[in-house]
Amino acid sequence: METKYLIIGSSHAGLSAADEIRIEDPDGSLTMVSMEDCLPYSPTVLPYIVSGKVAAEKIYLRDDQYFKNKNITFLKGKKVVKVDTQASKVTLDDGNVIGYEKVLIATGSEPTLPPIPGLKESKYHVLRTMKDAQEINKAAEQAKSAVILGTGLVGMHAAEGLAEKGLKVDVIRGRRPAVLPNYFDKASMQMIHKVFLDHGIGCNLDNQVASVEPGAGEKAKIVLKNGNAIDADMLVVGTGVRSRMDFFTNVTPQMEEGILVDDMMRSSVENVWAAGDVAQALDFFSGKKELNAILPDAFEQGKIAGASMAGNPEALAAVEGLCKEEGFCYNGGVSMNTFNFYGNRSFAVGQSLIEDDKDYVIDVHADVDSCFYQKFVFKGNYLVGAIGINSSLDPGVIMNIIRRKVNMKDKVGDFINHPLNVSRRLMWDSWRGVAKV
Amino acid sequence: MTQAYYTLAVHPEKCNGCGECEIACAKVKADSTDIAHSRIKMLRNFKDNFFGPVVCMQCGEPTCVKSCPANALTKDPETGVVQWHEDRCVTCTICTLGCPYSGIYYNPVSKNVMKCDHCGGEPACVKVCKPGALEYMKNADLYKEESPLEDLFAPGLAGCMGCNTELMIRHVLRHVGPDTVLAAPPGCVPGQCVVGMNGECGCKVPSFHPLLTNTASMLAGIRRFYKRKGRDVTCLALAGDGGAADVGFQSLSGAAERGEEILFVVIDNEGYMNTGMQRSSTTPLGSWTSTTPVGPSLHGKPREAKYLPLIMLMHSCEYVATASMAYPLDFHAKIEKAYQASKRGFAYVHVFSPCTTGWRFPADMNIAVQRKAVESNYFPLWEYERSVDRLKFTYPIDDPQPLESYLSLIGKFRHLSKEQIEQNKAIAIKRLRTLKTIAEEGLLDLEKMKTSGTWKVEEEDELAAVVQGGMPKSHKSAAK
Repeated sequence: METKYLIIGSSHAGLSAADEIRIEDPDGSLTMVSMEDCLPYSPTVLPYIVSGKVAAEKIYLRDDQYFKNKNITFLKGKKVVKVDTQASKVTLDDGNVIGYEKVLIATGSEPTLPPIPGLKESKYHVLRTMKDAQEINKAAEQAKSAVILGTGLVGMHAAEGLAEKGLKVDVIRGRRPAVLPNYFDKASMQMIHKVFLDHGIGCNLDNQVASVEPGAGEKAKIVLKNGNAIDADMLVVGTGVRSRMDFFTNVTPQMEEGILVDDMMRSSVENVWAAGDVAQALDFFSGKKELNAILPDAFEQGKIAGASMAGNPEALAAVEGLCKEEGFCYNGGVSMNTFNFYGNRSFAVGQSLIEDDKDYVIDVHADVDSCFYQKFVFKGNYLVGAIGINSSLDPGVIMNIIRRKVNMKDKVGDFINHPLNVSRRLMWDSWRGVAKV
Repeated sequence: MTQAYYTLAVHPEKCNGCGECEIACAKVKADSTDIAHSRIKMLRNFKDNFFGPVVCMQCGEPTCVKSCPANALTKDPETGVVQWHEDRCVTCTICTLGCPYSGIYYNPVSKNVMKCDHCGGEPACVKVCKPGALEYMKNADLYKEESPLEDLFAPGLAGCMGCNTELMIRHVLRHVGPDTVLAAPPGCVPGQCVVGMNGECGCKVPSFHPLLTNTASMLAGIRRFYKRKGRDVTCLALAGDGGAADVGFQSLSGAAERGEEILFVVIDNEGYMNTGMQRSSTTPLGSWTSTTPVGPSLHGKPREAKYLPLIMLMHSCEYVATASMAYPLDFHAKIEKAYQASKRGFAYVHVFSPCTTGWRFPADMNIAVQRKAVESNYFPLWEYERSVDRLKFTYPIDDPQPLESYLSLIGKFRHLSKEQIEQNKAIAIKRLRTLKTIAEEGLLDLEKMKTSGTWKVEEEDELAAVVQGGMPKSHKSAAK
């Protein structure tokens, strides 16, 4: 078959690109390929399916009617095995070939395994697809204990979810001796760590896994570097992901950790775009191209890719300043996330990890007993990072103060003293259309 | 397609910060007096006496909906309300990361996110808002103040694609109303069929086509004639920058000096655009025009532009303002003030009007270009009212964008050298500084400056000596 637009992947980046393409071009043929045999969903929701917070059938992002209304051919359960960028053809695992004019790679990422002896031979679970989540749930019904490898978002979410199901859970770190090391600094990380310990999760950050010995069925014996061993009824691995991009033939776009893209999500090869976790795009702070595999970036990149695929990017590129302003160019990804655990809420945005740096002013308010933490990182008059645990701040307001580079001038002191009120007011004032008197 | 939805309109100028809205919301939504449950949050700042409730704006393209991984937020196509579905929400709070206006937030008591849902069409907060700071209305009605006024201009656009002048004509005529005589000297305004074509007139008010040189004097005569006959007729001129700053300047200056009761609106597109883009005295430095070409020896216009609004300010006009259609509320407010002032004396409004054809930028970018001009302080928005003797910035830019961000949008500036850009920056700074000085210290009114202490008595003596023909003391001592 032939299609004008081909989107590989059907999560946030792919869907947001499809929406944007349909705004620019309501009639051009549009095909979306998903490797999973179900309606589109978000991988972000999977830990909550494990914890039982929500039922799998409720969280699909689109229904069949959507694809009908938007005139999109949705091919589910088909994996792309080959993308020939010279012939502009894509080969599916069932042997079918799709010719495209423009293709968007929004394939996301897949889990990686740490090089631990015996791990590959053992039965283990990862959490990246709906099928993974359902398998974990099935295994958890039989299991009394679980070991989780990795202290990132997936690992910590899974730990809480499985512990709430009554399993005895041990979390063992990957490379770094920290909880959620991508987002939280040492002090805030220790607070989160303590909450997990208090809830009976085994989480000793000094230990690492030496080897894994397979057991019967789901069982495995995890041997630690200090010589201790844990017998687990099931094993979950959440030690990292890598971009899913091993299907190019003929000319391969430039890639490092992900496919390198410009500010309109174009790869180095003509008619190939990339967005979401698979795309390595501009970073807001460093100005270099970095992977920033988070949900809000995925839909923004998808939108830009869609506009660029269906619109007239050259005309927009000619007026670069406006292109950025109107949201047709990627402004750079800002690291951000939220993490909710045992009734506590937390968020981290921007350069939240900075500690002890003379170029930055850091303000921290913390109270270990009530599990409260609030940290601001300023560079001059600009906020560049923040962390909140059980803080009443609006993460979106803080994020936008950083992203829009709001110059606080003499308000930095005010901001530190009354962050909630002043941050909301800054956004109110920056709202275009409010006449200033 | 989008349609007119109901919305919660917030009028911060009426808000007194009483917080009744928060209490009403918490009561309706959680049957509680704890305002932690309130979806509407009061912003209070006693330093500058600012009060205003923050509440979900039910965005057209809501970030919260797009970033929800569980499909628990949807925009209702019927009501426009962004609905939260408790049964699907996993409380990941990623939605709160996207909203810049605290429209959706986490409630630590209920342990859920919450947002305004308009109470299904009868918002409780609106009912209890005594000062009227909250209003539940169709969003299309927000700007309906002008809509009952009759559109006095022919539909369609007879000018170039993307032209801002048509918009401007329509809004000005609508505001001043049908009791008007309109003078449109040669330029883009009559080119838009204001004065008519083939025996038909393009607008519903009597209009005429004076010479470039005598617009203001003809209007002055018309105003005086009608006044003698006992009729109050608004005498409106819609002139280009050529018809005001160059060819028409002597009659304009004369009429302003005599205090003729005229509303004189200048559409400044920085050149003679309808005759083939020749330079005018308001063409900025370095700008390409057909008579200031870019080549080996000439690099656009070698001289800086004449800043007509300040020159008019020095004519003791009743009202002087700069305006842009990118700020329509500001624009209408100024036209209203100018209209009132034109019943007492000369009123002058200088409208920034980028020309898609002559300046060479895409036709759909006109408003964006104007916005950039204002945001980079290239075209500051201000007004001067003689009745209060005060120059005021109506849209002050605290954190200006670099001038390059404006210049780079426009083809006529594309060739500018670094030096020319720097010169243009210096010109913009000079203008702004002059305006700021006048705004802060007023025009040199000695009485006022003496009381405020900005003028020293010794300086006054010196000045008095100069005015009276003597020599200032300092000079005398130097002469000795």
